Amino acid sequence: MNLLSVSNLHVNFHMKEQELAALIDVSFTLNRGERIAIVGESGAGKSILGFSIVNLIGKPGYIKSGSIKLESKEITKMNLRQLQEVRGKRIAMIFQDPMMTLNPVLTIGDQLVETIRSHTKISYKDARNIAIEKLHHVQIASPEKRFNQYPHELSGGMRQRVIIASVLLLNPDIIIADEPTTALDVTIQAEILQLLLTICRDNGVALVLISHDLGVVSKVAERTLVMYAGHVVEEGPTLEIINDPQHPYTQGLLNALPQMTLPGQRLNQIQGSMPSLAERPTGCAFHPRCPYATQKCRQEQPKFIYSGVSSVACFLVEDMLNEFANNDKEIS
Amino acid sequence: MIIISLISFAIQDKLGDPVQQMVGMTVSQEERNQIRDELGLNDGFFLQYWRFAKGAIHGDLGTSYYYKEPALNVILEKLPATLELAFCAIVLVVIVATPCGVLAAIKPRHILSRLLMVISSVGLSVPIFIIAILMVYIFSIELNIAPSFGRGQTKEVFGLWESGLFTKDGLKHLLLPSLSLAIALMPIFVRLIRAEMMEVLQSEYIRFAWSKGLSARRIYFKHALKNTMLPVITVGGIQAGTLVAYTILTETIFQWPGMGFLFMDAVSRVDTPLVSAYLIVVGGIFVITNTLVDLIYGLVNPTVRLASHGL
Repeated sequence: MNLLSVSNLHVNFHMKEQELAALIDVSFTLNRGERIAIVGESGAGKSILGFSIVNLIGKPGYIKSGSIKLESKEITKMNLRQLQEVRGKRIAMIFQDPMMTLNPVLTIGDQLVETIRSHTKISYKDARNIAIEKLHHVQIASPEKRFNQYPHELSGGMRQRVIIASVLLLNPDIIIADEPTTALDVTIQAEILQLLLTICRDNGVALVLISHDLGVVSKVAERTLVMYAGHVVEEGPTLEIINDPQHPYTQGLLNALPQMTLPGQRLNQIQGSMPSLAERPTGCAFHPRCPYATQKCRQEQPKFIYSGVSSVACFLVEDMLNEFANNDKEIS
Repeated sequence: MIIISLISFAIQDKLGDPVQQMVGMTVSQEERNQIRDELGLNDGFFLQYWRFAKGAIHGDLGTSYYYKEPALNVILEKLPATLELAFCAIVLVVIVATPCGVLAAIKPRHILSRLLMVISSVGLSVPIFIIAILMVYIFSIELNIAPSFGRGQTKEVFGLWESGLFTKDGLKHLLLPSLSLAIALMPIFVRLIRAEMMEVLQSEYIRFAWSKGLSARRIYFKHALKNTMLPVITVGGIQAGTLVAYTILTETIFQWPGMGFLFMDAVSRVDTPLVSAYLIVVGGIFVITNTLVDLIYGLVNPTVRLASHGL
């Protein structure tokens, strides 16, 4: 059985005048110990997907339909008490900005110990020992000293380490990391990423890495989901997606990587920008920015189809596959 | 403090003629002038101020014309009564406004929160003397549960404090004045706590706390409330001024023998040294409360604590 299976998830924002769809028909699965990445530009719905896994979408967002199953348990139908059991203990989250994630008026120790003690009945002393051990585990020097310090006494990279330690406290099955390195210094990004990777690998923790950076993703994730305007547009093994992107949007993202440009040339970019929730175009949401868009793309929504080891939602790929199939028929 | 003393001294002249109040109608103009000379009232303003300031530095704020005693002593004698009243009101505000503000922030759509918001808007706009008079009407006249004036029986504590906090009668007398004072101050705190708390609840660390699976109670009262209280404490210090202004009104209505009541009397008797002394004492209280507030702020906010160690 899959550790986590999300199927046909729709998330809406309930606004005064209208309902805005933030996630449309999103499905994916995650196996034990697997590492997947969710990529896309800002506004694609990556973070909302991450938060909806633990049913923590801020108002006015809500899960409209679909299911999120942790093994056999349906997360969308859980009450707050059941959710609290899952949050932190089974599924833990790492947030984007370590400067904002820790409570400024509580000590590091307080924030670590409370996590343990709200899930398991153990003494403060035992909880403290676990916390210090985990701090040590994420390579924080003199953890006993850090334990009594406040967040403002630590650097950004150090705080992100503390946060990683805090999600490890209860040995969760899944870690959802929402752009865990975006707010950090470039030199520290690699360290934190490596740490996250090692920890997941060593402990058999499944990872959902949310990122806009395909470079980061390629180093960590085995499988990748590409999102655009609330849809999953392409899904497949990371290597396949990077080496042979099918969807024009994925191709655009890859082309935009600085490594893809020769020194001295202008960086490539995808023309235009992500539509806001309120002004999503008809048909394929990407068509206004797509160099290959046809009349069909403007009117109809492409379905998700299998193309080799990947799946993709694009008429271009669909037509190509059909053509191949016809050619095959003619040959035989 | 110097500015307060200057201002409070400057208004002395404008309040009226203290001599007239002291001697009555039968005394002739020459005799009045003689008294004015004796009191130094005919000297220039700066000379008078100099004399006053010199005394003030040594703790002598002038002598009350009416009580014929040092003004400071007269005021300090009344200080405990006012402090008790203010203290009870503050305690009431903290006990009542905090849960109300928190409730209104956590469940903004709840019927009780909406009711609270309406009541607090009304409370903000109704002046304290109306509240106080209503309280007297309801609780003393109609229901007859609490007395409407005076301090009741007091008891000496530690040999220096005439307190009404330790006798049943004293507490009963304290009820209405402190309640009206609290009601006057409460709306602003309820609204402030609500607004701050709502903002804090939007922050990333609260979301992170939810993602850790903590209980709602812990998130609201440990993670959010502590951060909410930081700006509230600061405003609390500033509100100390309002509190003083309100004690004057409350004490006058309830005939509470405190500083505020004394001040009103002093004004009507044109007891100018007493008026100036009162203003200076109040200024002092204001400075002390704000210092205390800063210290408390430092205790709650770890970032400030660090700065004070010069690190």
